[in-house]
Amino acid sequence: MSQPHPLTATAGRSKGQVADLHFMDARSKLLDLAAFLDRLERATGPEDHRVRGLRAALPLLLAAGDDRVAKILHLWSDPSSAPIEKADTKSASGVWPGIQ
Amino acid sequence: MRYIEPHGHMVSRTTDDYQAMAMAGCAAICEPAFWAGFDRKSADGFYDYFCQLTQHEPKRAAKFGLPHYCWLCINPKESEDMALAQDVLSLIPQFINSPTVLGIGEIGLNKNTRNEMKVLEQHIELAVKYDQLILVHTPHLEDKRKGTRLIMQVLKSHPKVRPERVIIDHVEEHTIAEVLDAGFWAGITLYPESKATPTRAVDMLENYAAQRVWLNSACDWGVSDPVAVPKAVVEMRRRGHTAKAIDSLVYGNPVRFLSQSPNFKDPQALLS
Ligand SMILES: [Zn+2]
Repeated sequence: MSQPHPLTATAGRSKGQVADLHFMDARSKLLDLAAFLDRLERATGPEDHRVRGLRAALPLLLAAGDDRVAKILHLWSDPSSAPIEKADTKSASGVWPGIQ
Repeated sequence: MRYIEPHGHMVSRTTDDYQAMAMAGCAAICEPAFWAGFDRKSADGFYDYFCQLTQHEPKRAAKFGLPHYCWLCINPKESEDMALAQDVLSLIPQFINSPTVLGIGEIGLNKNTRNEMKVLEQHIELAVKYDQLILVHTPHLEDKRKGTRLIMQVLKSHPKVRPERVIIDHVEEHTIAEVLDAGFWAGITLYPESKATPTRAVDMLENYAAQRVWLNSACDWGVSDPVAVPKAVVEMRRRGHTAKAIDSLVYGNPVRFLSQSPNFKDPQALLS
């Protein structure tokens, strides 16, 4: 395992201090997410896998633990382990297309 | 404040960017070989690119007082074409002894294909043969976890690869622990949309300690921020981290890893 570093000294930080630093940023991002979902609601056609993945991640925000980001990134990851024969694209979409 | 930009694609950036980085405290820049945003048609394109990285770009950086180093390879996005990859791999030895070359990179995977894996293995052989450091690019988004694991399997199965001489870049919250636990260095890339933001990066640093981690902007021809590292420094200061801890992270750590290459000179030592 990696060794401790002076940067790890976060034990004394209160929830109030964290909110003072980051609440407005989180508030703004949550409203942006809500607006994105509203915009989708007003749009037509089937929902694509990226939005399916985003909706699947929402319950993880309310789950306990301090590893929500990792859990969401795992949820969106390609679960296979073998190299693929050939790629049909160079890019990635942000969510594994097979997600349910 | 002083910091090292260990991963910046400066051939795609303007002199304004060099100026901004120098003013923000940048002391040296390292430039991995990467995709140009389009596929090059022949090895000649790479020959010119390697000349640009080893000869021209250091002169451009020097105008801003910045030492410039580079890494050489054919990047994974162009590694699907095996014939081209072989031609480019055969070019690398004639550049490897240039005085500012740090190693082989950024190699790795993009879509986790068989051809990408073969070219990755050949690059690792080249690095071992010429006793070079290795800088690894991990895939984007949903391909990252699988690609990071495949890359680590290849690296760990090579008897002559020493993990402390390899940095695995673009780690995120779901890959950083595996990389550090395997003994490799980990790079956290600060991007406006993908990869990590300064706040998430500092969370990771607080959670996983900072002994074998560096921060980089990976600024290139796309949406990216050449002064992302100093912005993360501001975030660390806001959270009350000491100047000493910050310096050991954004200056000390890159110097510690890069000094394993005889070509890298601690910028502080160059000044005194
Ligand atoms: Zn890069």
